Amino acid sequence: MSHLTVRIWRGADEGEFQDFSVPMRENQTVLDVVSEVQRTQDQSLSYRFACRVGVCGSCAMMVNGKPRWTCRTHIRSLKSSVVTIAPLRNMPRIKDLVTDMSGFIDKWGRAGNVFESQRDRGDAPALVDPSSPMRKVADAAIECINCGVCHAACDVVSWNDAYLGPAALNRAWSLVNDERHSGKKETMMAAMGDGGCGNCHSQGNCMAACPIGLSPTRSIAGLKKMSLMSLLGGSDA
Amino acid sequence: MPNPMFEMRLYLLQRLTAILMLPMVIGHLATIMYATRSELTAASILERTQSSPWLVVFYTGFVILVSIHAPLGLRKIMGEWLRVSPKLANRISVLLFLGFLGLGLRGVWALTGGTMS
Amino acid sequence: MTEHRINLSYLAFLMHRLSGLALVCFLPFHFLVLGLGLEGEAALDDMLVFTQQPLVKFGEWVLVVLFSLHLLLGLRVLVIEWAPWPQQGGLRSGWVVIAGLIALALGWLFLDGVMS
Repeated sequence: MSHLTVRIWRGADEGEFQDFSVPMRENQTVLDVVSEVQRTQDQSLSYRFACRVGVCGSCAMMVNGKPRWTCRTHIRSLKSSVVTIAPLRNMPRIKDLVTDMSGFIDKWGRAGNVFESQRDRGDAPALVDPSSPMRKVADAAIECINCGVCHAACDVVSWNDAYLGPAALNRAWSLVNDERHSGKKETMMAAMGDGGCGNCHSQGNCMAACPIGLSPTRSIAGLKKMSLMSLLGGSDA
Repeated sequence: MPNPMFEMRLYLLQRLTAILMLPMVIGHLATIMYATRSELTAASILERTQSSPWLVVFYTGFVILVSIHAPLGLRKIMGEWLRVSPKLANRISVLLFLGFLGLGLRGVWALTGGTMS
Repeated sequence: MTEHRINLSYLAFLMHRLSGLALVCFLPFHFLVLGLGLEGEAALDDMLVFTQQPLVKFGEWVLVVLFSLHLLLGLRVLVIEWAPWPQQGGLRSGWVVIAGLIALALGWLFLDGVMS
């Protein structure tokens, strides 16, 4: 049976790659390989996963330099006998393949991404017309599960500590297009702030990397347009 | 920054100057293509440039816009690639703006009116 | 760790930024040369003789190409940001290739003028 060379990052921000050899199988994902190493060769290897089927978004890592969901990346599709696996980029490393995602989540919060409603439990559920233009725009952005892949793919995030990043701004965009959201002004203020949408250079790495094909660049372009409108005098963003 | 929208305003200023310069860059490219097919001596150039008042307006506007646009771009590069602090990058950008504006207007003056006086 | 950057849109960003950087570096010299007119026609003529050298002409060609490239890639940014997004191809990645070709064509037009 032929073998696969797996280079896995060990340590935190300081550390090095350690090579493992894993049998090549007919069907195996990158996550399968990491699990096999942990179970059969080094039980101290740390990594995150939960669902194993592309629902939860917790197994994202850098695979051969690209941020990916390891559970949805087949070894065969990499077309390489050496696979390099590192923790997600643009996040502090805790141990091995585990990153500290709190900075990423904080930015999500700082983008004003808290849903505010004027309704309470006594009100009937809000009726949102699925064919309304605003809802369609929100729909295009709303499937994000916050896995951090686009955040890891973005160079502007790595260059500018203040930049909120594609995931947080994509969320802000879905929120300002939610007709039930009553905190639109606050969300726009954050999206237009120093770390906001104006920092995006449309490099498109987020779109290329998103495992479910979302377009954060498009959402950010939408925020840019909306920023202009609100700066030109519209008090209602 | 005292104004939370400072970054956003500069971003929009960068786009606004870009839009205004679009036709100007095309005009400047056309001028370059025309110039390479014309006699290139100081006398002939100055004769052409001094005879058209709209040229003063065109290039004065162009110099002002590029003096805003270029330092704004450099400001981003300083922050992102050289990790210059926002405060220092702002100061350098203002100096560059004044420098480009001064040198540029002097250049326009030299070609369109300087030798007439 | 650079494989994730290999897409046409990133290339467009890089070309746009680097061409802008090169143009900014050239700008003060351009203005200074124009200012030579203040010192009389002789100074300007000396400079015009200097620019007849093949290497300087090559430099001018590079600048014309970069100038055109910066214009076209800037136009792409404006379209991405302010025009409606289509279902597919919102990043207008193909513009990189088209912008490169048009810039080279304008460079050829410049050289053709120089040679004539």
